[in-house]
Amino acid sequence: MTVTEAPPATEEPPVHKVSARKRLVPYWLLLPGILWLLVFFALPLIYQGSTSVQEGSLEAGFKVTWHFQTYWDALAEYWPQFIRSLLYAGTATILCLLLGYPLAYLIAFKAGRWRNLVLVLVIAPFFTSFLIRTLAWKTILADGGPVVGVLDALHVLDVTSWLGWTEGSRLLATPLAVVCGLTYNFLPFMILPLYTSLERIDGRLHEAAGDLYATPATTFRKVTFPLSMPGVVSGTLLTFIPAAGDYVNAELLGSTDTKMVGSVIQSQFLRVLDYPTAAALSFILMAIVLIMVTVYMRKSGTEDLV
Amino acid sequence: MAVVKWLRRNLVVIAGLLTLAYMILPNVVVMVFSFNKPNGRFNYAWQQFSTDAWADPCGVADLCGSLALSLQLAAWATLGATILGTMIAFALVRYRFRARGAINSLIFLPMAMPEVVMAASLLTLFLNMGAPLGFWTVLIAHIMFCLSFVVTAVKARVMSMDPRLEEAARDLYAGPVQTFVRVTLPIAAPGIAAGALLAFSLSFDDFIITNFNAGSTVTFPMFVWGSAQRGTPVQINVIGTAMFVIAVLVVLGGQFIASRRKNSASPK
Amino acid sequence: MTQKTEGGDVRLAGISKTYGSFTAVHPLDLTVPQGSFFALLGASGCGKTTTLRMIAGLEDPSTGTVSLGDTDVTHLPPYKRPVNTVFQSYALFPHLDISENVAFGLRRRGIKSVKKQVDDMLDLVQLGQFAKRKPHQLSGGQQQRVAVARALINHPQVLLLDEPLGALDLKLRRQMQLELKRIQTEVGITFVHVTHDQEEAMTMADQVAVMNGGRVEQLGAPADLYENPKTTFVANFLGTSNLIEAEVASTTSDVVTVTCGGAKLKLPNARCQAQTATGDKLLVGVRPEKVSIAHADDADSIPDGRNRITGRITASSFIGVSTQFIVDSPACADFDVYVQNIERDSRLAPGAEVVLHWNPEHTFGLDADQAIDAGVQSVEDAS
Repeated sequence: MTVTEAPPATEEPPVHKVSARKRLVPYWLLLPGILWLLVFFALPLIYQGSTSVQEGSLEAGFKVTWHFQTYWDALAEYWPQFIRSLLYAGTATILCLLLGYPLAYLIAFKAGRWRNLVLVLVIAPFFTSFLIRTLAWKTILADGGPVVGVLDALHVLDVTSWLGWTEGSRLLATPLAVVCGLTYNFLPFMILPLYTSLERIDGRLHEAAGDLYATPATTFRKVTFPLSMPGVVSGTLLTFIPAAGDYVNAELLGSTDTKMVGSVIQSQFLRVLDYPTAAALSFILMAIVLIMVTVYMRKSGTEDLV
Repeated sequence: MAVVKWLRRNLVVIAGLLTLAYMILPNVVVMVFSFNKPNGRFNYAWQQFSTDAWADPCGVADLCGSLALSLQLAAWATLGATILGTMIAFALVRYRFRARGAINSLIFLPMAMPEVVMAASLLTLFLNMGAPLGFWTVLIAHIMFCLSFVVTAVKARVMSMDPRLEEAARDLYAGPVQTFVRVTLPIAAPGIAAGALLAFSLSFDDFIITNFNAGSTVTFPMFVWGSAQRGTPVQINVIGTAMFVIAVLVVLGGQFIASRRKNSASPK
Repeated sequence: MTQKTEGGDVRLAGISKTYGSFTAVHPLDLTVPQGSFFALLGASGCGKTTTLRMIAGLEDPSTGTVSLGDTDVTHLPPYKRPVNTVFQSYALFPHLDISENVAFGLRRRGIKSVKKQVDDMLDLVQLGQFAKRKPHQLSGGQQQRVAVARALINHPQVLLLDEPLGALDLKLRRQMQLELKRIQTEVGITFVHVTHDQEEAMTMADQVAVMNGGRVEQLGAPADLYENPKTTFVANFLGTSNLIEAEVASTTSDVVTVTCGGAKLKLPNARCQAQTATGDKLLVGVRPEKVSIAHADDADSIPDGRNRITGRITASSFIGVSTQFIVDSPACADFDVYVQNIERDSRLAPGAEVVLHWNPEHTFGLDADQAIDAGVQSVEDAS
C-alpha cells in the first residue's frame, strides 16, 4: 500500500503563514484611487459643511460660528427653486421613462439586424457637446417656428398655458421648454440601463407566458416589466440625480421664473460670492437627493446604481 | 379597421421611433445650421445656405484653442481615471479586505451626487487651500468624477471573468506579471475600454464642475456656454457636426470590422 | 515517514487546508506512484479539489508538505512547478486561438520554435485542422482535448485533472474516458484525476482514494474498493450495497454467523471490519448483482449453504441487460437485486413472494457505529 491516512501520533506539522506582502496587495491597489476620492470628494464635502456654518464677508474673511441660521434663511428664500428643481427633475424622469421604455424595448426585441444601428444613434449624440445640442432646442422651440406654429394651431398651447406650463404662444422661456430640455438631455441615461436589463430577458419567457394564457399586455405587466426593474431603477436614478442639480437647461431654455436650485448655487458661489449660503444650499440639495435615492433604492431592493 | 389593428400591433415600434426622432432632432438641427449664414450674432434662425464656417472652422477666436484644451484634458483625465479605476475594480472583485462597505459607498456616492454639489464643494477646498484654479484643478476634478464610472464598467467585466483563466496561466508557467499582461489584461480589455470611453466623453462634455473650478481657463463646453450669452458662431455647429459624424463613423466602422472578423473566423 | 519514494512520486505529507474555522482537508498523507493513474473520488465539498489544487500550487496548504520525487515544492508558486492542470470547464484562453492556447506554456518558458511541438500535440488529440479556431468555436469534447493538449505539451511530471469530463454528455464522457486512458498509457505521465463519478474513477484509475469530509475514507485498486468496502460510505458511494443491521450469533476463526429479522446469515470473518463477539451489532452487506432471486414456490430448489432471506417484490424495472427488483423483507426494507435477463421468470412481478439467496463468500461486514446511509446519493446531488 502506498498511501496511509496520517497517523494521529505524528507531531503537529508547522502551520504555514500567508505572507504579509500578499495580504497587502488589495490595499496597494485601492490606495491611489481611494485617496483621490477621499481628498477630492469626501474632504471637500467636509470643507463645505464647515463653510455653511461660517459667518463673515469676503473682505473680513469667514469664521466658523456654528451659524445654522444660514440653512433656515436659505430655505426661506429659495424654497421655490428647490420645489421647482424637484418638480422639473421628477417630471423629466417620468417622461424619460415613458419615452425611453418603448425605444429600449424596440432595440432589445424588435430591432433585429437594425439593433446596432439604433444603439449607435442613441449613443452618438453623446459625442456632440450637450450644450450645443441644448442650444439647438432654442432653434426648434423658437417663437414663430414650426413647432410653436403647429402646437398653436392645434390649440395645444392654450391648454398648456392654462396649466401654467407655457405662456401665451411661446414655448421658449417656459417651464415646458426646461422640462423638454431636461428630458432630452438625460434620455440616454434612461435608455441604456433599460436596454441592458431588457436584453438579458430570455425571449422564451415571452413564449412561455403566452403559452400559459397571458395576453401580450399581461405578459408585459407580469413578466417583462418586473424583470426590467433593475434597469428602471438605475435609469430613473441616473436621470433624476443629475436633473435635480442641473442649471444648464433652466438657464438656456428658461427664464428667471424657471430658475432651478443649481442656478442659485452657481450664482451665489461664482457671482454673489456668498459662500456660506451657497454651501448651505448645496448641502440641502445633497441631503434631499441622498434621502430620496436611499428610500427609493430600499423600496426597490437594489444595491448597485449602474 | 385594418389601420387601427396595424397601429395597435406596432405601437411599441412607433413610440420607439418617435423617441428616436426626438433624440436625433437636435443633431439634425445642429448639422443644418452649420450651413447657415446668420444675420447678427446668434445662429438660431435660418437665413441662407453657406459653407463659410466649414471652410474656416477655427475662424473664431479661442474656439479651436478651447477644443484642443478639452481634448487634452479628456485624454489625461481618461488615462488617470482608467488606471486608478481599474486598480480599484480588480481589488474589489478579486480580494477580501477590511472596510469593503465603506469603500463601496465612497465609490457609489459621486455617482449619486448632483454635479453642482461636487463642483461647489471642490471649489471650497481649492479656495481654502489657496490652489490656483486652472488646468490642474479641472483635471483633478475630472479624474474624481470619472473614477466611479470606470470602476463600475471594469468591475462588471472582471466579475464575469473566470478566475480559473488566471490560474491556468499561472499553472502554465506564467509569472504574476506575465499572467497579467498575457491573460488578465486582454480579457478585461473590453471593460477597461468601455470605462475609458465613458470617462473620455464625460470629461470632454463636462460643464458644471469645470465651470466652477476652471478659473479663467476656457474649455470647449465653457466656450459654448459663453457664446450662448455673447453670440453663437456657426463654427460651433461645424465642430458639433464633425464630432457627431466622426463618432458615428468610428462606431460603425468598428462594428463592421468586428462582424467581418467574426464571419471569417466562424466555422463553415 | 520511512517509505521509499521513486523519482517522480507525488508525496503529500501531513497536508491540510483550513479556511478560518472550516477544515476543507484534514491532515493527510498520500503517495501517488510515478506513472500511475490516480483518482480522488468523492462528492462535492469533500476536499478532493482542494487537495488537487494544493498539488498544483494554486492553494497554499495550511500544514504539511508537497514533494515531487525528492524535491519539496510546498512553497513553489504554480508557475515554477513541473505540474500542469486540466481545469474544470477547461479555462481555455478565449482571446487566443487553439494553437496559441496549446503553445502558451512553451512560450512562457522562453521556447521560441513551438510550431512542430504544437502540431504534434494537436495531432495526438486529433485537432490538427482546428489550430486557428477560437475556443468558443469548438464543441465541448474538442475544448476538453485542447485543455489536455495545452497541459501535456509541457511534459509535466504530473498531470492534474479537475473533473475534466464533468461538462460532457454521457456518451462523449465514455469516449473521452477511454481516450484519456490511452493518452496516459502512451505518454506514461502520472495522472491525478479528481471526479465525483464513481464509474469514471473505476474505469480509468489504477488507484482510487475515496474522500469524504476532508478525509480519505479508503484507498485501493477499484476492484478491491468495490469488493471490500471498509466503511458504509464507500459501500454506498461506490456502486450500490444492501446493508442489513444484524447481531452476531456466533463466531469461528473463519465464519461469522449473524441473525437479522429471523434469518441467519453467514459471512467470512476475514471480510469483517468490526468486532465480532457474540451479541455485537454488525452491518452486513452484499452487492445487488451477487444476489439471486427465486419465486417462493421454488424455494426448495435453492442449494444448501447459501445465505437466504425472504421477502416480497415491491417494484421492478426493466433495464435491457438486467432487471432491477426492490424487495421488501423483514431483514431489510428496500433490498436491491439485479438479475441478468437470461431467462425471465414471468412470476417475478410486484407483489410476488420471493426468496433471495447468495454465496456467503460475497457478504461483508461493517462496523455498526456508522450511518447506514452514508454516501447514498440522493436526487439533489446526482448532477
